[in-house]
Amino acid sequence: MLRSRITPCLLVHRKGLVKTVEFKEPKYVGDPLNAVKIFNEKEVDELIILDIDATIEGRGPDFNFIKNIAIESRMPLCYGGGITTVEQAKKIISLGVEKIAISSAATENPQLLVEIGNAVGVQSVVVVLDVKKKGLFKNYEVFTHNGKRPVGKKLTDIVSTLNNIGVGEIVINSIDEDGKMNGYDFKLFEMIRELTSCPLTILGGASSFENIKEAIKRYKPLGVAAGSIFVFKGKYKAVLINYPDRIARNEIY
Amino acid sequence: MITIINYGSGNINAISNIYEKLNIGFRIANTPKEVLGAEKLFLPGVGAFDETMLLLINKGFKEVLDEEVLKNKVPILGICVGMQVLGNSSEEGELPGLGYINGVVKKFDESLIKGKPKLPHMGWNTIQEKSKTSLLNGIDLEIGFYFLHSYYFGCLNISDVVATTQYGQEFASVVCNSNIYGVQFHPEKSHSNGVNLLKNFANL
Repeated sequence: MLRSRITPCLLVHRKGLVKTVEFKEPKYVGDPLNAVKIFNEKEVDELIILDIDATIEGRGPDFNFIKNIAIESRMPLCYGGGITTVEQAKKIISLGVEKIAISSAATENPQLLVEIGNAVGVQSVVVVLDVKKKGLFKNYEVFTHNGKRPVGKKLTDIVSTLNNIGVGEIVINSIDEDGKMNGYDFKLFEMIRELTSCPLTILGGASSFENIKEAIKRYKPLGVAAGSIFVFKGKYKAVLINYPDRIARNEIY
Repeated sequence: MITIINYGSGNINAISNIYEKLNIGFRIANTPKEVLGAEKLFLPGVGAFDETMLLLINKGFKEVLDEEVLKNKVPILGICVGMQVLGNSSEEGELPGLGYINGVVKKFDESLIKGKPKLPHMGWNTIQEKSKTSLLNGIDLEIGFYFLHSYYFGCLNISDVVATTQYGQEFASVVCNSNIYGVQFHPEKSHSNGVNLLKNFANL
Protein backbone atom coordinates (compact mmCIF):
# COMPACT_ATOMS: atom_id res chain seq x y z
CA MET A 1 0.00 0.00 0.00
CA LEU A 2 1.15 3.53 -0.77
CA ARG A 3 2.27 5.20 2.46
CA SER A 4 2.21 8.83 3.52
CA ARG A 5 5.52 10.68 3.37
CA ILE A 6 6.99 12.34 6.44
CA THR A 7 9.16 15.02 4.89
CA PRO A 8 11.66 17.41 6.48
CA CYS A 9 11.66 20.75 4.68
CA LEU A 10 15.03 22.51 4.81
CA LEU A 11 15.54 26.18 4.01
CA VAL A 12 18.83 27.38 2.55
CA HIS A 13 19.95 30.95 3.25
CA ARG A 14 23.49 32.20 2.56
CA LYS A 15 24.62 28.58 2.01
CA GLY A 16 23.55 27.54 5.50
CA LEU A 17 20.37 25.93 6.75
CA VAL A 18 17.93 28.18 8.56
CA LYS A 19 14.53 27.96 10.17
CA THR A 20 12.14 30.89 9.98
CA VAL A 21 9.05 32.09 11.86
CA GLU A 22 6.31 33.45 9.58
CA PHE A 23 8.99 33.51 6.88
CA LYS A 24 11.08 35.93 8.99
CA GLU A 25 13.93 35.80 11.53
CA PRO A 26 16.00 33.07 9.86
CA LYS A 27 17.86 31.16 12.56
CA TYR A 28 20.97 29.20 11.57
CA VAL A 29 20.51 25.50 12.22
CA GLY A 30 23.43 23.87 10.45
CA ASP A 31 25.20 22.76 7.32
CA PRO A 32 23.00 21.42 4.48
CA LEU A 33 25.28 18.54 3.44
CA ASN A 34 25.68 17.40 7.02
CA ALA A 35 21.89 17.44 7.48
CA VAL A 36 21.45 15.30 4.35
CA LYS A 37 23.93 12.76 5.75
CA ILE A 38 22.05 12.59 9.05
CA PHE A 39 18.71 12.20 7.26
CA ASN A 40 20.23 9.40 5.15
CA GLU A 41 21.12 7.54 8.33
CA LYS A 42 17.60 7.99 9.62
CA GLU A 43 16.12 6.66 6.36
CA VAL A 44 13.90 9.69 5.84
CA ASP A 45 10.95 9.26 3.42
CA GLU A 46 11.92 12.25 1.30
CA LEU A 47 13.45 15.70 1.60
CA ILE A 48 12.42 19.16 0.41
CA ILE A 49 15.23 21.71 0.05
CA LEU A 50 14.29 25.31 -0.71
CA ASP A 51 16.79 28.04 -1.54
CA ILE A 52 14.99 31.06 -0.09
CA ASP A 53 17.53 33.56 -1.47
CA ALA A 54 17.37 32.76 -5.18
CA THR A 55 14.14 34.51 -6.22
CA ILE A 56 14.74 37.47 -3.91
CA GLU A 57 18.23 37.97 -5.33
CA GLY A 58 16.88 37.55 -8.84
CA ARG A 59 19.26 34.70 -9.58
CA GLY A 60 18.85 31.14 -10.80
CA PRO A 61 19.47 27.92 -8.87
CA ASP A 62 22.97 27.18 -7.51
CA PHE A 63 23.69 24.05 -9.59
CA ASN A 64 26.90 23.23 -7.80
CA PHE A 65 25.12 23.21 -4.46
CA ILE A 66 22.27 21.08 -5.85
CA LYS A 67 24.74 18.62 -7.37
CA ASN A 68 26.55 18.11 -4.07
CA ILE A 69 23.27 17.56 -2.23
CA ALA A 70 21.94 15.14 -4.87
CA ILE A 71 25.09 13.03 -4.90
CA GLU A 72 24.90 12.59 -1.15
CA SER A 73 21.13 12.00 -0.86
CA ARG A 74 19.92 8.42 -0.70
CA MET A 75 16.34 9.62 -0.35
CA PRO A 76 14.08 11.30 -2.89
CA LEU A 77 14.77 14.99 -3.23
CA CYS A 78 12.60 17.93 -4.11
CA TYR A 79 14.52 21.16 -4.83
CA GLY A 80 13.00 24.63 -5.13
CA GLY A 81 14.32 28.17 -5.52
CA GLY A 82 14.93 30.40 -8.50
CA ILE A 83 13.68 28.07 -11.25
CA THR A 84 12.30 30.17 -14.11
CA THR A 85 13.23 28.22 -17.26
CA VAL A 86 12.82 24.77 -18.79
CA GLU A 87 16.59 24.49 -19.17
CA GLN A 88 17.15 25.02 -15.45
CA ALA A 89 14.54 22.38 -14.64
CA LYS A 90 16.15 19.86 -17.00
CA LYS A 91 19.57 20.55 -15.57
CA ILE A 92 18.37 20.02 -11.98
CA ILE A 93 16.71 16.71 -12.88
CA SER A 94 19.90 15.62 -14.63
CA LEU A 95 21.84 16.31 -11.43
CA GLY A 96 19.83 13.60 -9.69
CA VAL A 97 16.90 15.46 -8.17
CA GLU A 98 13.51 13.71 -8.47
CA LYS A 99 11.23 16.71 -8.17
CA ILE A 100 11.51 20.42 -8.79
CA ALA A 101 9.46 22.90 -6.80
CA ILE A 102 8.23 26.07 -8.43
CA SER A 103 6.47 28.91 -6.69
CA SER A 104 6.73 32.43 -8.07
CA ALA A 105 7.28 31.37 -11.69
CA ALA A 106 4.27 29.02 -11.45
CA THR A 107 1.84 31.71 -10.42
CA GLU A 108 3.27 34.36 -12.75
CA ASN A 109 3.52 32.13 -15.81
CA PRO A 110 1.53 28.87 -15.58
CA GLN A 111 2.52 28.04 -19.18
CA LEU A 112 6.04 27.40 -17.86
CA LEU A 113 4.66 24.43 -15.88
CA VAL A 114 3.35 22.88 -19.09
CA GLU A 115 6.72 23.27 -20.77
CA ILE A 116 8.65 21.90 -17.81
CA GLY A 117 6.18 19.00 -17.54
CA ASN A 118 6.80 18.12 -21.19
CA ALA A 119 10.54 18.24 -20.69
CA VAL A 120 11.00 16.34 -17.43
CA GLY A 121 7.66 14.58 -16.95
CA VAL A 122 4.62 15.99 -15.17
CA GLN A 123 5.26 13.72 -12.16
CA SER A 124 8.39 15.72 -11.29
CA VAL A 125 6.72 19.14 -11.27
CA VAL A 126 5.84 20.39 -7.78
CA VAL A 127 4.12 23.69 -7.08
CA VAL A 128 4.57 25.35 -3.69
CA LEU A 129 1.76 27.66 -2.64
CA ASP A 130 2.73 30.02 0.20
CA VAL A 131 -0.57 31.11 1.70
CA LYS A 132 -1.38 33.87 4.21
CA LYS A 133 -4.66 35.13 5.66
CA LYS A 134 -5.29 38.73 4.66
CA GLY A 135 -7.77 41.53 5.17
CA LEU A 136 -10.88 42.01 7.21
CA PHE A 137 -12.33 38.63 6.30
CA LYS A 138 -9.06 36.77 6.69
CA ASN A 139 -9.20 35.41 3.18
CA TYR A 140 -6.46 33.07 2.07
CA GLU A 141 -4.06 34.69 -0.35
CA VAL A 142 -1.06 33.31 -2.20
CA PHE A 143 2.30 35.07 -1.87
CA THR A 144 5.71 34.75 -3.50
CA HIS A 145 9.16 36.23 -2.78
CA ASN A 146 9.27 34.80 0.75
CA GLY A 147 5.78 36.00 1.61
CA LYS A 148 6.37 39.58 0.50
CA ARG A 149 4.65 39.78 -2.87
CA PRO A 150 0.94 38.99 -3.24
CA VAL A 151 0.09 37.06 -6.41
CA GLY A 152 -3.20 38.91 -6.79
CA LYS A 153 -5.17 35.91 -8.01
CA LYS A 154 -7.76 33.96 -6.06
CA LEU A 155 -6.43 30.81 -4.39
CA THR A 156 -9.25 28.75 -5.88
CA ASP A 157 -8.49 30.07 -9.37
CA ILE A 158 -4.81 29.24 -8.98
CA VAL A 159 -5.60 25.68 -7.92
CA SER A 160 -8.04 25.15 -10.79
CA THR A 161 -5.42 26.44 -13.24
CA LEU A 162 -2.97 23.91 -11.79
CA ASN A 163 -5.60 21.20 -12.23
CA ASN A 164 -6.06 22.07 -15.88
CA ILE A 165 -2.34 22.06 -16.52
CA GLY A 166 -1.65 18.94 -14.48
CA VAL A 167 1.18 18.94 -11.94
CA GLY A 168 2.84 16.18 -9.94
CA GLU A 169 2.26 17.60 -6.48
CA ILE A 170 1.14 20.71 -4.64
CA VAL A 171 2.81 21.76 -1.38
CA ILE A 172 0.44 23.86 0.70
CA ASN A 173 2.47 26.06 2.98
CA SER A 174 0.89 28.28 5.64
CA ILE A 175 2.93 31.45 6.13
CA ASP A 176 0.89 32.36 9.23
CA GLU A 177 1.80 29.09 10.95
CA ASP A 178 5.43 28.85 9.76
CA GLY A 179 7.80 28.09 12.63
CA LYS A 180 5.18 28.65 15.33
CA MET A 181 4.70 24.97 16.14
CA ASN A 182 1.03 25.52 16.92
CA GLY A 183 -0.30 22.86 14.58
CA TYR A 184 -1.12 22.63 10.88
CA ASP A 185 -3.83 24.72 9.24
CA PHE A 186 -6.15 21.85 8.31
CA LYS A 187 -8.85 24.25 7.13
CA LEU A 188 -6.57 25.60 4.41
CA PHE A 189 -5.48 22.09 3.44
CA GLU A 190 -9.07 20.85 3.16
CA MET A 191 -10.06 23.80 1.03
CA ILE A 192 -7.41 22.92 -1.54
CA ARG A 193 -7.95 19.17 -1.25
CA GLU A 194 -11.57 19.69 -2.28
CA LEU A 195 -10.40 21.23 -5.54
CA THR A 196 -7.78 18.75 -6.73
CA SER A 197 -6.90 15.07 -6.90
CA CYS A 198 -3.16 15.51 -7.36
CA PRO A 199 -0.81 14.49 -4.51
CA LEU A 200 -0.64 17.08 -1.75
CA THR A 201 1.82 17.94 0.98
CA ILE A 202 0.93 19.99 4.03
CA LEU A 203 3.56 22.34 5.45
CA GLY A 204 3.68 25.05 8.10
CA GLY A 205 3.09 24.84 11.83
CA ALA A 206 3.67 21.18 12.69
CA SER A 207 3.71 21.06 16.47
CA SER A 208 4.71 17.49 17.22
CA PHE A 209 4.79 13.92 16.03
CA GLU A 210 1.18 13.70 17.25
CA ASN A 211 0.25 16.53 14.88
CA ILE A 212 1.79 14.59 11.99
CA LYS A 213 -0.10 11.52 13.08
CA GLU A 214 -3.33 13.53 13.06
CA ALA A 215 -2.69 14.79 9.51
CA ILE A 216 -2.02 11.25 8.26
CA LYS A 217 -5.11 9.90 10.02
CA ARG A 218 -7.26 12.53 8.36
CA TYR A 219 -5.91 12.61 4.82
CA LYS A 220 -3.70 9.60 4.07
CA PRO A 221 -1.89 9.14 1.84
CA LEU A 222 -0.33 12.62 1.81
CA GLY A 223 2.97 14.33 2.33
CA VAL A 224 3.43 15.70 5.85
CA ALA A 225 6.24 18.21 5.81
CA ALA A 226 7.82 20.18 8.62
CA GLY A 227 10.87 22.24 9.50
CA SER A 228 11.06 23.10 13.19
CA ILE A 229 10.17 19.72 14.68
CA PHE A 230 12.97 18.04 12.70
CA VAL A 231 15.67 20.57 13.56
CA PHE A 232 14.80 21.69 17.11
CA LYS A 233 14.52 19.77 20.36
CA GLY A 234 12.88 20.83 23.62
CA LYS A 235 11.14 24.02 24.67
CA TYR A 236 14.26 26.14 24.30
CA LYS A 237 14.57 25.03 20.69
CA ALA A 238 18.08 23.62 20.89
CA VAL A 239 19.28 22.74 17.41
CA LEU A 240 19.21 18.96 17.00
CA ILE A 241 18.43 17.21 13.75
CA ASN A 242 15.98 14.41 14.48
CA TYR A 243 13.40 12.18 12.82
CA PRO A 244 11.07 9.46 14.12
CA ASP A 245 12.45 5.92 13.89
CA ARG A 246 10.98 3.17 11.73
CA ILE A 247 8.96 1.62 14.58
CA ALA A 248 7.27 4.90 15.49
CA ARG A 249 6.56 5.66 11.82
CA ASN A 250 5.12 2.23 11.09
CA GLU A 251 2.47 2.85 13.72
CA ILE A 252 1.14 5.95 11.98
CA TYR A 253 1.61 5.48 8.21
CA MET B 1 32.46 -4.03 -13.48
CA ILE B 2 29.17 -2.27 -14.11
CA THR B 3 28.80 0.11 -17.01
CA ILE B 4 26.34 2.93 -16.32
CA ILE B 5 24.95 4.38 -19.52
CA ASN B 6 25.10 8.16 -19.50
CA TYR B 7 22.80 9.11 -22.37
CA GLY B 8 21.53 12.29 -20.77
CA SER B 9 18.74 10.96 -18.60
CA GLY B 10 18.61 9.85 -15.02
CA ASN B 11 20.41 9.70 -11.83
CA ILE B 12 23.98 8.77 -12.78
CA ASN B 13 25.52 10.58 -9.81
CA ALA B 14 23.42 9.01 -7.08
CA ILE B 15 23.92 5.52 -8.55
CA SER B 16 27.67 5.85 -8.99
CA ASN B 17 27.97 7.31 -5.50
CA ILE B 18 26.34 4.21 -4.01
CA TYR B 19 28.64 1.85 -5.98
CA GLU B 20 31.62 3.91 -4.91
CA LYS B 21 30.67 3.56 -1.25
CA LEU B 22 30.07 -0.17 -1.70
CA ASN B 23 33.51 -0.46 -3.27
CA ILE B 24 31.99 -2.05 -6.37
CA GLY B 25 33.71 -1.29 -9.65
CA PHE B 26 31.81 0.77 -12.22
CA ARG B 27 32.45 3.04 -15.15
CA ILE B 28 30.32 5.58 -16.91
CA ALA B 29 29.75 5.16 -20.64
CA ASN B 30 29.38 8.57 -22.25
CA THR B 31 29.58 7.19 -25.80
CA PRO B 32 28.18 4.04 -27.45
CA LYS B 33 31.73 2.78 -27.97
CA GLU B 34 32.22 2.57 -24.21
CA VAL B 35 29.24 0.20 -23.95
CA LEU B 36 30.95 -2.46 -26.09
CA GLY B 37 32.38 -5.32 -24.10
CA ALA B 38 30.53 -4.38 -20.90
CA GLU B 39 30.04 -7.06 -18.26
CA LYS B 40 26.89 -5.49 -16.88
CA LEU B 41 24.79 -2.57 -18.01
CA PHE B 42 22.82 -0.06 -16.02
CA LEU B 43 20.16 1.97 -17.83
CA PRO B 44 18.90 4.86 -15.69
CA GLY B 45 15.98 7.02 -16.71
CA VAL B 46 13.96 10.01 -15.60
CA GLY B 47 11.36 11.79 -17.69
CA ALA B 48 9.14 11.01 -20.63
CA PHE B 49 9.21 7.90 -22.85
CA ASP B 50 9.80 9.49 -26.26
CA GLU B 51 12.42 11.88 -24.92
CA THR B 52 14.29 8.91 -23.44
CA MET B 53 14.06 6.84 -26.66
CA LEU B 54 15.14 9.81 -28.77
CA LEU B 55 18.26 10.26 -26.65
CA LEU B 56 19.10 6.55 -26.93
CA ILE B 57 18.62 6.53 -30.70
CA ASN B 58 20.20 9.88 -31.56
CA LYS B 59 23.27 9.28 -29.45
CA GLY B 60 23.76 5.86 -31.01
CA PHE B 61 23.24 3.82 -27.84
CA LYS B 62 20.32 1.74 -29.13
CA GLU B 63 22.42 -0.08 -31.70
CA VAL B 64 25.16 -1.14 -29.27
CA LEU B 65 22.59 -2.06 -26.63
CA ASP B 66 20.85 -4.39 -29.10
CA GLU B 67 24.18 -6.00 -29.79
CA GLU B 68 25.29 -6.41 -26.17
CA VAL B 69 21.95 -7.25 -24.59
CA LEU B 70 20.29 -9.41 -27.24
CA LYS B 71 23.28 -11.06 -28.89
CA ASN B 72 25.91 -11.17 -26.14
CA LYS B 73 23.37 -11.63 -23.32
CA VAL B 74 24.98 -8.98 -21.10
CA PRO B 75 22.81 -8.44 -17.99
CA ILE B 76 21.03 -5.08 -18.03
CA LEU B 77 19.02 -3.27 -15.35
CA GLY B 78 16.64 -0.49 -16.37
CA ILE B 79 15.16 1.78 -13.73
CA CYS B 80 11.99 3.91 -13.93
CA VAL B 81 11.70 5.13 -17.54
CA GLY B 82 14.83 3.05 -18.16
CA MET B 83 12.62 0.06 -17.34
CA GLN B 84 9.68 1.27 -19.41
CA VAL B 85 11.77 1.63 -22.59
CA LEU B 86 12.62 -2.09 -22.31
CA GLY B 87 9.04 -2.67 -23.57
CA ASN B 88 7.59 -2.52 -27.09
CA SER B 89 5.69 0.76 -26.88
CA SER B 90 4.08 3.30 -24.54
CA GLU B 91 0.81 5.17 -24.34
CA GLU B 92 2.92 8.14 -23.26
CA GLY B 93 4.65 8.41 -26.61
CA GLU B 94 4.72 7.38 -30.22
CA LEU B 95 8.17 5.89 -30.62
CA PRO B 96 8.71 2.15 -30.30
CA GLY B 97 10.66 0.98 -27.24
CA LEU B 98 13.74 -1.23 -27.21
CA GLY B 99 11.48 -4.30 -27.27
CA TYR B 100 13.65 -6.43 -24.97
CA ILE B 101 10.75 -7.49 -22.76
CA ASN B 102 7.33 -8.09 -24.22
CA GLY B 103 5.21 -5.31 -22.77
CA VAL B 104 3.20 -2.18 -23.38
CA VAL B 105 3.55 0.85 -21.10
CA LYS B 106 0.12 2.12 -20.07
CA LYS B 107 -1.29 4.99 -18.04
CA PHE B 108 -2.84 4.08 -14.69
CA ASP B 109 -6.62 3.89 -14.80
CA GLU B 110 -7.65 6.71 -12.42
CA SER B 111 -11.13 5.26 -11.96
CA LEU B 112 -9.59 2.25 -10.18
CA ILE B 113 -7.74 4.43 -7.65
CA LYS B 114 -10.02 4.92 -4.67
CA GLY B 115 -10.10 8.34 -2.98
CA LYS B 116 -7.40 10.95 -3.32
CA PRO B 117 -4.75 11.51 -4.52
CA LYS B 118 -4.92 9.91 -7.98
CA LEU B 119 -1.84 10.48 -10.15
CA PRO B 120 1.10 10.39 -10.15
CA HIS B 121 1.74 7.28 -8.07
CA MET B 122 4.28 8.93 -5.81
CA GLY B 123 5.87 7.78 -2.56
CA TRP B 124 6.92 4.60 -0.78
CA ASN B 125 5.04 1.44 -1.64
CA THR B 126 5.46 -2.24 -0.83
CA ILE B 127 6.28 -4.95 -3.37
CA GLN B 128 5.07 -8.55 -3.54
CA GLU B 129 7.45 -11.17 -4.84
CA LYS B 130 5.97 -13.35 -7.61
CA SER B 131 9.01 -15.44 -8.40
CA LYS B 132 12.41 -15.87 -6.79
CA THR B 133 15.25 -13.79 -8.09
CA SER B 134 18.55 -13.01 -6.44
CA LEU B 135 17.94 -9.35 -7.38
CA LEU B 136 15.57 -9.19 -4.40
CA ASN B 137 17.82 -10.98 -1.89
CA GLY B 138 17.63 -9.40 1.55
CA ILE B 139 15.01 -6.84 0.50
CA ASP B 140 12.40 -5.83 3.09
CA LEU B 141 9.26 -6.14 0.97
CA GLU B 142 7.14 -4.28 3.52
CA ILE B 143 9.35 -1.19 3.46
CA GLY B 144 9.45 -1.42 -0.31
CA PHE B 145 10.75 1.34 -2.56
CA TYR B 146 10.16 4.93 -3.68
CA PHE B 147 7.98 5.29 -6.78
CA LEU B 148 7.32 8.34 -8.98
CA HIS B 149 5.35 7.64 -12.18
CA SER B 150 1.96 7.82 -13.91
CA TYR B 151 2.59 5.01 -16.43
CA TYR B 152 3.30 1.36 -15.67
CA PHE B 153 4.86 -1.58 -17.48
CA GLY B 154 2.03 -3.79 -18.78
CA CYS B 155 3.83 -7.13 -19.07
CA LEU B 156 2.49 -9.35 -21.85
CA ASN B 157 4.20 -12.50 -20.54
CA ILE B 158 3.15 -13.18 -16.98
CA SER B 159 6.32 -15.23 -16.45
CA ASP B 160 8.39 -12.02 -16.84
CA VAL B 161 6.76 -10.45 -13.77
CA VAL B 162 9.06 -10.87 -10.78
CA ALA B 163 7.28 -8.59 -8.30
CA THR B 164 4.12 -6.51 -8.26
CA THR B 165 2.80 -3.44 -6.45
CA GLN B 166 -0.73 -2.25 -5.78
CA TYR B 167 -1.94 1.16 -6.85
CA GLY B 168 -5.60 0.96 -7.80
CA GLN B 169 -4.56 -2.13 -9.68
CA GLU B 170 -1.74 -4.64 -9.46
CA PHE B 171 1.17 -3.73 -11.73
CA ALA B 172 4.63 -5.12 -12.44
CA SER B 173 7.19 -3.30 -10.31
CA VAL B 174 10.04 -5.71 -11.14
CA VAL B 175 10.36 -7.55 -14.46
CA CYS B 176 12.93 -10.02 -15.74
CA ASN B 177 13.49 -12.06 -18.84
CA SER B 178 16.77 -14.01 -18.81
CA ASN B 179 19.54 -11.34 -18.73
CA ILE B 180 17.16 -8.36 -18.84
CA TYR B 181 15.90 -6.71 -15.64
CA GLY B 182 13.72 -3.70 -15.00
CA VAL B 183 12.46 -1.98 -11.86
CA GLN B 184 9.81 0.74 -11.85
CA PHE B 185 10.95 2.34 -8.59
CA HIS B 186 14.09 4.33 -7.78
CA PRO B 187 16.58 2.06 -5.97
CA GLU B 188 19.11 4.91 -5.83
CA LYS B 189 16.64 6.82 -3.62
CA SER B 190 15.31 3.93 -1.56
CA HIS B 191 17.79 3.75 1.33
CA SER B 192 19.01 0.30 2.41
CA ASN B 193 16.55 -1.62 0.21
CA GLY B 194 17.84 0.30 -2.78
CA VAL B 195 21.47 -0.19 -1.81
CA ASN B 196 20.85 -3.94 -1.41
CA LEU B 197 19.20 -4.15 -4.82
CA LEU B 198 22.10 -2.35 -6.48
CA LYS B 199 24.51 -4.69 -4.66
CA ASN B 200 22.47 -7.74 -5.77
CA PHE B 201 22.61 -6.63 -9.37
CA ALA B 202 26.39 -6.30 -9.11
CA ASN B 203 26.60 -9.83 -7.67
CA LEU B 204 24.36 -11.50 -10.29
